[in-house]
Amino acid sequence: MSARKKDSEITWQDIDIGAVIRTPGNAAEYKTGDWRSDKPTWNKDRCIKCGICYLYCPEGCIRRDEKGFFEADFYYCKGCGICARECWTQAITMGPEEQ
Amino acid sequence: MAMVGMEGSLAMAEAARLANVDVVAAYPITPQTHIVERLAEMVANGELNASYIPVESEHSAMSACLGSSAAGARTFTATAGQGLELMHEVLYVASGLRLPIVMGVANRALSCPLSVWGDHSDVMAVRDTGWIQVFAENGQQAFDLTLCAFRIAEDPKVLFPVMVHIDGFHLSHVVEPLYLMEQEQVNSFLPPFSYPFPLDPDTPVTMGAFTVPILYSEARKSMETALRSTRVIINHIFADFARVSGRQYSAVEQYRSDDADTLLLTMGSYSQIAMDAVDQLRDRGEKVGLIRLRLWRPFPFDELRQAVENCQTLVVLDRCVSPAGPPGPVCSEVKAALYSQKKRPNVAGFIGGLGGRDLTPAEFVQMVERGRVIAAEGGEEIEMIGVRG
Amino acid sequence: MENFAVFVPRLLPQQEYLAPGHRACIGCGEALAMRLVAKALGRNVIVSNATGCMEIISTPYPTTSWRVPWIHTLFENASAVAAGIEAAVRIQNEKGTRKNTPKVVAMGGDGATFDIGLQSLSGAWERGHDFLYVCYDNEAYMNTGIQRSSATPFGAATTTSPAGKVSIGQTTAKKNMPAIAVAHDIPYVATACPSYPFDLMEKVSKAVATRGPSYLHVLSPCPTGWRHGGDISVKMGRLAVETGAFPLFEVVNGKYRLTMDFPKLRPVKDYLTPQGRFRHLPKDEVERIQQGVIREYEKLKKKAEA
Repeated sequence: MSARKKDSEITWQDIDIGAVIRTPGNAAEYKTGDWRSDKPTWNKDRCIKCGICYLYCPEGCIRRDEKGFFEADFYYCKGCGICARECWTQAITMGPEEQ
Repeated sequence: MAMVGMEGSLAMAEAARLANVDVVAAYPITPQTHIVERLAEMVANGELNASYIPVESEHSAMSACLGSSAAGARTFTATAGQGLELMHEVLYVASGLRLPIVMGVANRALSCPLSVWGDHSDVMAVRDTGWIQVFAENGQQAFDLTLCAFRIAEDPKVLFPVMVHIDGFHLSHVVEPLYLMEQEQVNSFLPPFSYPFPLDPDTPVTMGAFTVPILYSEARKSMETALRSTRVIINHIFADFARVSGRQYSAVEQYRSDDADTLLLTMGSYSQIAMDAVDQLRDRGEKVGLIRLRLWRPFPFDELRQAVENCQTLVVLDRCVSPAGPPGPVCSEVKAALYSQKKRPNVAGFIGGLGGRDLTPAEFVQMVERGRVIAAEGGEEIEMIGVRG
Repeated sequence: MENFAVFVPRLLPQQEYLAPGHRACIGCGEALAMRLVAKALGRNVIVSNATGCMEIISTPYPTTSWRVPWIHTLFENASAVAAGIEAAVRIQNEKGTRKNTPKVVAMGGDGATFDIGLQSLSGAWERGHDFLYVCYDNEAYMNTGIQRSSATPFGAATTTSPAGKVSIGQTTAKKNMPAIAVAHDIPYVATACPSYPFDLMEKVSKAVATRGPSYLHVLSPCPTGWRHGGDISVKMGRLAVETGAFPLFEVVNGKYRLTMDFPKLRPVKDYLTPQGRFRHLPKDEVERIQQGVIREYEKLKKKAEA
């Protein structure tokens, strides 16, 4: 996702003064989606577009699409299952991550 | 400008005022308390426009300085002895994050037993904290070096915190004649502070991230290399200060050392007593001189080696014990600096002036005489001068 | 300023000030809390973070999840660093060397707040700095592997207060941090929980608007340390509130008000049973905990009615 050097290739000259990080939010390059064992699936027939899943996601990776339905960004989704638990209409089910 | 009579502490406070410091984090401890009291008075009277934070401990004093400096404000604090120790872990953060904090330290002995009086044990405990450290030996230098400290710390090619050491009581509390400076003089020497990446919502940065093993060494090398390289800039700044004030400081300063076969080495106000001893010895025909370390960190390797290259014996005074270790921290570092030299003097170390114990010129003369003997014979015994029994 | 009491997630500001890609555990209630706090704070802040879970998961060099200015230094000094930032901003505004006036927000876990950082927090409160302190309370030193803190509740098992043949786990009650805050006479103190996100965000807003010190104590369910599934972190927070184990209230200039109340509290065992850290408790200890919860809740209601 990013063009930066791998950690093991960073030289001491690459380190910014005081090891400050001047690129806000660049943790977004890290694929926490690799952690997942279970994956949420939205049933659009049951989804009432309330946004509670978006609200309760600890990663903040659930987004609204152009039709108003919600879905997870699977680059980040860790598969915690909070969205499925909290969904008022039980529109989200957790299933095994496909290989 | 006329001379004024002033305690070293108050002179330091005057320097902070003339530097138009933005934030002062203050916690009292003998013998630096007069510094923070005078600053409080200045703020209360409108002589100094600064945020004065009366913190609840020295750990918080230095921590508040971290926040203030990171926000881009010119920051000052003062401490001594136990206070310097209490903020120990915070000192590493200041240098690691490259925050240009200036701190006055009224050097004081460490407990136990409790002693509020001066020696260098607090200084020697913070050698590796990554701060630039300078030693004043009189009231004038307490003032001058504090002004230099702001300029050095904030230089865009430096950006390291600076400690200005003044001997507890001997400099902090003794009234000496000295010259202050006019505001315009100070302004021509010290530009306004501009930190390159302050904490600001318009340009968000993250300070103080953690590093895994694969990155920590690179971060430390980056910092260490930078600290080492500041020595050149410090010398330039001393030269610039001389232009403005007429007073020239150097990393290593000499007194009657040109043709000396024996040199004394001291730091701080006891250098002035050593000078009296040098004069006495010279009067009786001996070729003795004195060198003083003005700059302690970054260690002035080149200047030290140059200063001692023609003498046979170097006698080092330490005002700090390193229990069960090599005799005297300063002596050890000096020996280490000279070890690689093909031509180097014999070195003898003495420990004296602990916990505010005065040393007389006669005792310095004793050190020279005994020092010549030890240096010729070698030996690892700690020789403490002026101890009964 | 945002009005968070609209209860409609779709109307919330979309911007995430805590970027995904952070390394929090799967189902971390504290990360959720911090995400919501960051959302409610907006961009005009400077954050001073103590060492702990949230600092570690959000800033592994050379990456950061933070999209606002952020500084971490040590474990016990987030409040002192915040005090320095606040003092600097004030004088910089006065001298004209800074144009913006960001709100200073200190953040720390329960270890950093209740224990090692209590002194610097008390000092900052006494001096009246204009800053918000957010305590993310997961009730133990979680980042170092689940050791007890003075926020660990009675009967909870941690690695340094383990349940064993001759021990019931934590033998002392949770330190009452909100009461300590109120004792400092600071203008705004509140408890919150990410399971009640609008209540939480509204309280953040109020704290930001407060001139002077404010304190927000956020219960942060921790699946790893509390030993429950990551999927029920939000549910655990809700149970904590519904059983009265963690009441939601605010104290404005010394006046107490419950922001969530129930006609009847659920039995506390509903909250304790799903958590592995309480699994060892015999019935009589659960009953003792139940009585303690009721007693404290009654005390709180009396204060709110006064």
